[in-house]
Amino acid sequence: MGFVGETIDSIKSIQIRQLLSQTVSLGMIVTSALIIWKALICITGSESPVVVVLSGSMEPGFKRGDILFLHMSDDPIRAGEIVVFNVDGREIPIVHRVIKVHERKDTGEVDVLTKGDNNYGDDRLLYAQGQLWLQRHHIMGRAVGFLPYVGWVTIIMTEKPIIKYILLGALGLLVITSKD
Amino acid sequence: MHTYVYRLNVLLTEAITLLALMCAIASLSDKLNVASPSADIQVLHINWFHKQRNGNDEVSLTMNVSADLKSTFTWNTKQVFVFLAAEYETEKNYLNQISLWDAIIPSKEQAKFSYHTINKYRFTDQGNSLRGKKYNLTLHWHVMPKTGKMFSDRIVTTGHSLPEEYI
Repeated sequence: MGFVGETIDSIKSIQIRQLLSQTVSLGMIVTSALIIWKALICITGSESPVVVVLSGSMEPGFKRGDILFLHMSDDPIRAGEIVVFNVDGREIPIVHRVIKVHERKDTGEVDVLTKGDNNYGDDRLLYAQGQLWLQRHHIMGRAVGFLPYVGWVTIIMTEKPIIKYILLGALGLLVITSKD
Repeated sequence: MHTYVYRLNVLLTEAITLLALMCAIASLSDKLNVASPSADIQVLHINWFHKQRNGNDEVSLTMNVSADLKSTFTWNTKQVFVFLAAEYETEKNYLNQISLWDAIIPSKEQAKFSYHTINKYRFTDQGNSLRGKKYNLTLHWHVMPKTGKMFSDRIVTTGHSLPEEYI
């Protein structure tokens, strides 16, 4: 029986007080994760401080499954920066490099053109129909840091949801049955 | 108390913490590197210079881009993305930056280069103020690390100007 037997026994022996304390500790884990995420949003000023690269358009710099850390400051956008932007009518944000910038004198508005390092042409084909430039409000943040491979966890979880449920179940069981 | 699951958990946590620490140290070690790159950019020929049908000026240049970026490479460098941008101010715009040429340098050995090239992306103004325009050609490079913080720098060359008349 070993592990399985022990687990069942420990579930049977749960008392109401213990159950409560474990619910609280589970709640603590979930809320602290939320706190960290929200704090990151505040610090970086970007709605999504961490993004996973999904396509190969920036290879060999960024591969599918790599993680990028974003930062959104008031600094003006300049050519060469890698920005994450949303195009109207497209759900998934795109991570590409800025190749042209035109910053207006009177209003300070900016027109930006992007391109994937691994793509042959610029991104006008990806923009909404008739759209020639990105403006400030399309841009969610600029990439400042990089971590390889870590994003595969989320890619696997979104593509094979069953693994996500197994993992969540196992973690939940661990928290409930842990005795300390 | 000391079940297999518990031990596995400790081992995993320890491994991830150590790995994160090593990544952080690798990224921090980039700061110790003092780069001393050099660049030489020349405009050899203006191939054509006209006003497009939509009223925007467009020019085509032949350039020579030579640079030595070897010192920007560290052990934590995956690649260096280098590009040449024309930068100028107009009546309408405080800043115009137009990438003319770019390259990915995958290794230190290839970081000393000399390219003879026409502009890869169109050199087009937002308007028709390119005649007689003085502009800078700036070589920018962005160091993409194996892990950690990305950083960038540039060398500005000044004193370039476009002809007073269309060619």
